[in-house]
Amino acid sequence: MKAEPQALSGGVKKRKKGKFVQYFKQFDLQLMVIPGLLFILVFNYIPMYGVLMSFQDYNIFEGMMKSEWVGLKHFSMFFNDPRFVEIMRNTIVLSLFKILICFPAPILLALMLNEIKNMAFKRTVQTVTYLPHFLSWVIVAGFAMSMLSTDNGSLNMALEKLNIIDEPINFLSKPEYFWTIIVTTNLWKTIGFNSIVFMAAIAGVSPQLYEAASLDGASRFKQMFLVTIPSIMPIIVIFMILEIGNLLNAGFEDLLLLGDAAILRSVSDVIDTYVYRVGIGSARYSYATAIGLFKAVISLGLLTLANYLARRSGNSLW
Amino acid sequence: MIKPTFSDRIMIGFIYFFLIFLAFVTFYPFWNSFVISLNEGKDTMLGGVTFWPREFTWENYEVVFQDKRLLNAFLVTILRTVVGTFLSVLVTALLAYGLSKKELIGRKFFMIFCLLTMFFSGGLIPTFVLVKGLGLMDSFWAMILPTLVLVWNMIIFRTFFQQLPNGLEESAKIDGAGNWQIFFRIIVPLSGPVIATLSLFTAVFHWNDWFFPSIYITSENLIPIQTLLRQVINSNTVTSQMGQLDAGALSHMMEAAKVTGKSLQMATMMVATIPIILVYPFIQKHFVKGVLIGSLKE
Repeated sequence: MKAEPQALSGGVKKRKKGKFVQYFKQFDLQLMVIPGLLFILVFNYIPMYGVLMSFQDYNIFEGMMKSEWVGLKHFSMFFNDPRFVEIMRNTIVLSLFKILICFPAPILLALMLNEIKNMAFKRTVQTVTYLPHFLSWVIVAGFAMSMLSTDNGSLNMALEKLNIIDEPINFLSKPEYFWTIIVTTNLWKTIGFNSIVFMAAIAGVSPQLYEAASLDGASRFKQMFLVTIPSIMPIIVIFMILEIGNLLNAGFEDLLLLGDAAILRSVSDVIDTYVYRVGIGSARYSYATAIGLFKAVISLGLLTLANYLARRSGNSLW
Repeated sequence: MIKPTFSDRIMIGFIYFFLIFLAFVTFYPFWNSFVISLNEGKDTMLGGVTFWPREFTWENYEVVFQDKRLLNAFLVTILRTVVGTFLSVLVTALLAYGLSKKELIGRKFFMIFCLLTMFFSGGLIPTFVLVKGLGLMDSFWAMILPTLVLVWNMIIFRTFFQQLPNGLEESAKIDGAGNWQIFFRIIVPLSGPVIATLSLFTAVFHWNDWFFPSIYITSENLIPIQTLLRQVINSNTVTSQMGQLDAGALSHMMEAAKVTGKSLQMATMMVATIPIILVYPFIQKHFVKGVLIGSLKE
């Protein structure tokens, strides 16, 4: 009876020693992953630990060890923030608009490109529409400001020429236009590049299906609805579900660059930009971290829900 | 194949029309800005400059290339892009290669360790406080180190490495090559397309990022071009922002009113954009593949 546990622990020890020796035997292999893992540890895991400062009155001179613990103070402060409702509304509305418009658009584009038999034309349209993906938001915002400017901006010039308006409209300082501008610029930036995945999915549809459909007398238009769309539906569903996990990511750079004017803040501030303004702008670290954590926890919940839905539809994310 | 029906023809016609419209709308803002950057500033103010420069001039670019602050910002951007991309791709690929080896001790744990970061992150402020705490504020490395390992890229690399045939590695191992030798002599040469794609994506990130420098960098001589451009676009007094320019030259040109704030801004935007535009069409085939490897993993 007594000997057994001893033998067991001896066995464990031996195996441990074996692992240890093995580890050094493959140390050159381990050396490959050490730098990468260290960077992840420092720049991803330490900030996760740093999240604890949302339960403190963090003081940059005291550090996290000595700062006072205050429980959920900062969270209740956020829920009672006079801007709370406005910020949540902006976050969800902007995000939903982006899902409703910027998500289906690349699918439509891919379906249209699929009907084009002229390869040179197709290639040109693809290359041109990929372009905005590679531009920084600073440049895109610069283009938007230039297009929408009252001072000979192309849109105002065109509208005046067509006699739709008499006076140039200052689109970028009117809150009622802001959401439209954001959704349009996002659409402009993402439609081409995001169509790549759907183009590939369409290319993977078996040609036999089209042959069978055309033998049955289906026109090309009908084939699109009866063959192409049903065939790529699983991929569309998966990407749609993924969007759920992104619900609180309503945008950041675009909103900071185009919606920075004081007059636009009531429609442009979302959770992420508010964290930035409160945390970096006003140096209220604990409060901003609490808002960020609130968002991260809800996002994690949404992502879990998304995975549950994806699994039910037969595709797991992890 | 059956003959296209009447409604098919209408549909195809509509699709051609729509795609031409889309291509135009996508390209026009870029083209218009390019045209304005090649037009005399004062003439642009009269309005109506759309598809072609009316009073062609190189002067906007001449001014831009004389502005020491802009030139410095360019150098910072180039240096950041080269150093950041090289280090990021190297460390990420090494990590991915190690994690693609079944015999790696701790492989499962390391993978989970990496993947968890995709579901939860500390967020902006704790990262900011960390960078501050590490003494990286206002240093070049604040723009490089925090985003050095991108887990998403690591997964793409790993998927690619796992698909490579084993034979070459095995025979190299028999010849006595170590893991590092195999990686640099065999794996890297076989991975041209995926390295090119991920390097392009990483380089585009570094070239385009304006936000991190805006919170980490305070010294003027470390500010990259996109961040400077943001300051220039945001301020109304553009020309005064074009600061360090040789005062004599600028006032001379402003007197002649050939350049204006807007024309200079457009020229700067073009200089910040054109390098990327010259590169991406050539890697198009590869990055389409790269996007697909990434999305398959989803």
